Amino acid sequence: MSSVNIKFLLRLRGLLRKEFLQIMRDPSAIAIAFLLPAILLLLFGYGVSLDARNVPLALVVEQPTALAADFASQFERSPYFKPRRFANIHAAEAAMDAREVEGIVWLRSDFVRQAMHGGPALIGVLVNGVDANNARLVEGYIQQVWIKWLGAQATVTGHPAAVPVDTQQRVWFNPAVQSRDYLMPGLIGLIMTLTGALLTALVIAREWEHGTMEALMATPLAIREILTAKLIPYFVLGMGGMAASVTIAVFLFGVPLHGSLCVLALSSALFLLATLGMGLLISTFARNQFVAGQIAITSTFLPALILSGFIFDIGSMPKAIQVITYIVPARYFVAILQSLFLAGDIWVIIVPNTLGLLVMAVIFLGTARLIARKRLD
Amino acid sequence: MTPSSEAAPAVRIESVSRSFRSGRRIVTALDTISAEAVRGAVTGLIGPDGAGKTTLMRLIAGLLRADSGRVEVLGIDIAKTPLAVQARLAYMPQRFGLYEDLSVRENLDLYADLQGVPHTERAERYAELLHMTGLAPFTGRLAGRLSGGMKQKLGLACTLVRPPEVLLLDEPTVGVDPVSRRELWQIIDHLTRTAAMTVLFSTAYLDEAERCAAVWLMHESKLLGAGDPKDFTAHMSGRAFQVRAGSLGKRQIQERLASAPGVMDATIQGEAVRIVMDEATAPSAAQLLPGANDVTITAAAPRFEDSFVALLRAKSPVHLPPSAPAPVRTGSAVRDEIVVQHLTRRFGEFVAVDDISFTVRTGEIFGLLGANGAGKSTTFRMLCGLLPASAGLLRVAGFDLRTAAAPARGRIGYMAQKFSLYGDLSVRQNLRFFSSAYKLHGARQRARIDWALGEFELGAFKDVASSDLPLGFKQRLALACALMHEPEILFLDEPTSGVDPLARREFWRRINALAESGVTVLVTTHFMEEAEYCDRLVIMAQGRLLAEGRAEDLKARLRGPNRPEPTMEDAFIALIQEAEAKSKAA
Repeated sequence: MSSVNIKFLLRLRGLLRKEFLQIMRDPSAIAIAFLLPAILLLLFGYGVSLDARNVPLALVVEQPTALAADFASQFERSPYFKPRRFANIHAAEAAMDAREVEGIVWLRSDFVRQAMHGGPALIGVLVNGVDANNARLVEGYIQQVWIKWLGAQATVTGHPAAVPVDTQQRVWFNPAVQSRDYLMPGLIGLIMTLTGALLTALVIAREWEHGTMEALMATPLAIREILTAKLIPYFVLGMGGMAASVTIAVFLFGVPLHGSLCVLALSSALFLLATLGMGLLISTFARNQFVAGQIAITSTFLPALILSGFIFDIGSMPKAIQVITYIVPARYFVAILQSLFLAGDIWVIIVPNTLGLLVMAVIFLGTARLIARKRLD
Repeated sequence: MTPSSEAAPAVRIESVSRSFRSGRRIVTALDTISAEAVRGAVTGLIGPDGAGKTTLMRLIAGLLRADSGRVEVLGIDIAKTPLAVQARLAYMPQRFGLYEDLSVRENLDLYADLQGVPHTERAERYAELLHMTGLAPFTGRLAGRLSGGMKQKLGLACTLVRPPEVLLLDEPTVGVDPVSRRELWQIIDHLTRTAAMTVLFSTAYLDEAERCAAVWLMHESKLLGAGDPKDFTAHMSGRAFQVRAGSLGKRQIQERLASAPGVMDATIQGEAVRIVMDEATAPSAAQLLPGANDVTITAAAPRFEDSFVALLRAKSPVHLPPSAPAPVRTGSAVRDEIVVQHLTRRFGEFVAVDDISFTVRTGEIFGLLGANGAGKSTTFRMLCGLLPASAGLLRVAGFDLRTAAAPARGRIGYMAQKFSLYGDLSVRQNLRFFSSAYKLHGARQRARIDWALGEFELGAFKDVASSDLPLGFKQRLALACALMHEPEILFLDEPTSGVDPLARREFWRRINALAESGVTVLVTTHFMEEAEYCDRLVIMAQGRLLAEGRAEDLKARLRGPNRPEPTMEDAFIALIQEAEAKSKAA
């Protein structure tokens, strides 16, 4: 028996060393593990933001007065807006049609008079509704500026503010209301889905293409040895990519990390096993790198993007779609990551989702093991 | 291990069938094959591409399962315990299964680890293998940087790190230069003699059959015959002759002999025509070439290929294709159609083609003979105007390719390696596409398509997707596509690689007829015997021209008392050795 084990270890060592040498000589695996996450994080981190900042806004002041100028200056001081002044509403509307501005704030000629008399000082607000999400944000921001200004006016003029309710907002978990802080953890989950599945699928497809898989299969290797030898190096590489991603998120983008590294490492390991399992599964039928890459992207990356709750709230999806999200490993991982980054070790979230990841890892690796045959058919 | 396994044959195959699904069709790869391979000898799996050789190899290696039937290796049922067999056999797939980004040494280490070779035995084993393969000076080189012949030997060394009882080699000699091929055979002979190893060797080269102790002759998923190749050849004794006629050209002789009564096969060999008769009776000049003067008939030694042709002819009724695709051009003077002077092509540091010069005259069949990597394809691409030359002059059909590549291309018909056809398009759609590419349209295009369907007997297949055609028909279609615009010059890149001998004969009949009608033909091949079909040829190795001339003259230089009938391969090897000796002296 012991001689069998020694041979097993010898074979495994041979395969691992080969894999290591290949990774060192052909940098494409390293590129997928480290470069791809870094590029995606930088792209998304700098390019994608669900916040509205520097929104171009048209200000139409029909009768320039000190009060109107004071109100308008509120917009100029706000980080959310980049106001441009227009003499009349028609010019502003034309600018909106040309999408030069996203919204119009219209101070009619009687604005000052109404405001001075403590009556309802009406302003006209027009928002470009083409991008509904953005429109709602802009609307909210304008309202905030408006309320703030009314409040300030009230203390100056002695008139109470003409707003029925005193709004006080406090944002939990993301006090800076930075969508980046919220997006980054989800993004890491998304990227690791792609990396994990793509790494194994491509590397095995390459062996099929070069005909080396056929040669391996004719040796006394057992299929579990081939799978194990593929799993270990790319698990290590994937964990390295994960560490790099977290480092970028925390140190470059300043995303807070409230939870413990230990939980992060454990859940990442489970998640990576699940995605590597998906990659192995893909590689059992995709025998060239092009097909393997296509399948990996469409069957892992896209579901993770749409169904993980990273951008779209799972709770507001139709029931049938919600059921589907349960087989997307990223769903569990994104939930854990968002909790770890924004809130801390919230066990009611971490425990069930970690169990979910464990089940996913077992399912994908198990299926790959069952389907993989040491044969070409 | 059961006691009976010691006495069992190395490989036993019992009515094995295997088919594959290809889209909606079921393709039969092996049709109830039964055969046995004896221990300690080389058994050759001989047959053209698509015969089922690779499928059979994979079944024996346990990489595929049979649909029905039983495969036993060393008395063990491979379907039940593949690992038990795989521990005792070694398999070298096509393309050798090497990791190209690993060095020679690292490849050996990997396979030694996988095969469980103890570290204490490795040094000795490696030394032996490296010596045997001549790879000792290159242990640190990456496998991807080795030449084709060296890769083949490294692949073999990797499969031999743990001496197997059964060695499976899937087409190890395809495209490899003749020197490496000969060296490989020496290694195999050594292994069977000293280590009593059983070797299964698949090949599409019929001349390799004669080196095997036994052959399984395969064709279109069936086993045509099995046994000692000498028996196959002996069966043909007294039936082969060489015919010469002073008054007639060799192509005319062959044309007439092919349809003469009692003649089974007629092929051009050097300046003579070699024929095989239906029966072992000496033919008379009057019977063969009535009306011709000065006919000499001499007996010739039978070859293995003759028996294959006889078996194929017995299977399918004798069928002679129309030999003359109507004269394409008439009344043009003979001139230098292709002129190549001091042609050189570099890729960075690497010189793929090194200062070559040759000239091809109108109506000539001119061969570029060499192994993979000799620079044939690069030369071809430059001649077609697809790749600019680094230096030198290139004229095709009177056009300088540097200044007028497009008009020159209009005069050229090009048949690419592997028959570059659109697999999803039908035969007729392929013809229409390729003729449109040469600006044929309207009535003229329809007339040419009808001509192609009739001339190449593709009418019955006109709506079949070209990927579903048998290999021989694919070859016909590819040739038809290249001829749609009636080119003056025809370029053929490895045109008969892997097709069966009948398809190859038929193909050359058409090419001969084209040449007779004035078309200039340039053909590349790594198939040494194919050189016989050429009027003149050049031999290329490592980007250089080693020799130019008639096949007959190149062989004649070697003729001596101990080598009365040198083959083209002998000539090739002698030239390479001469070149090596010269470069060493310099």
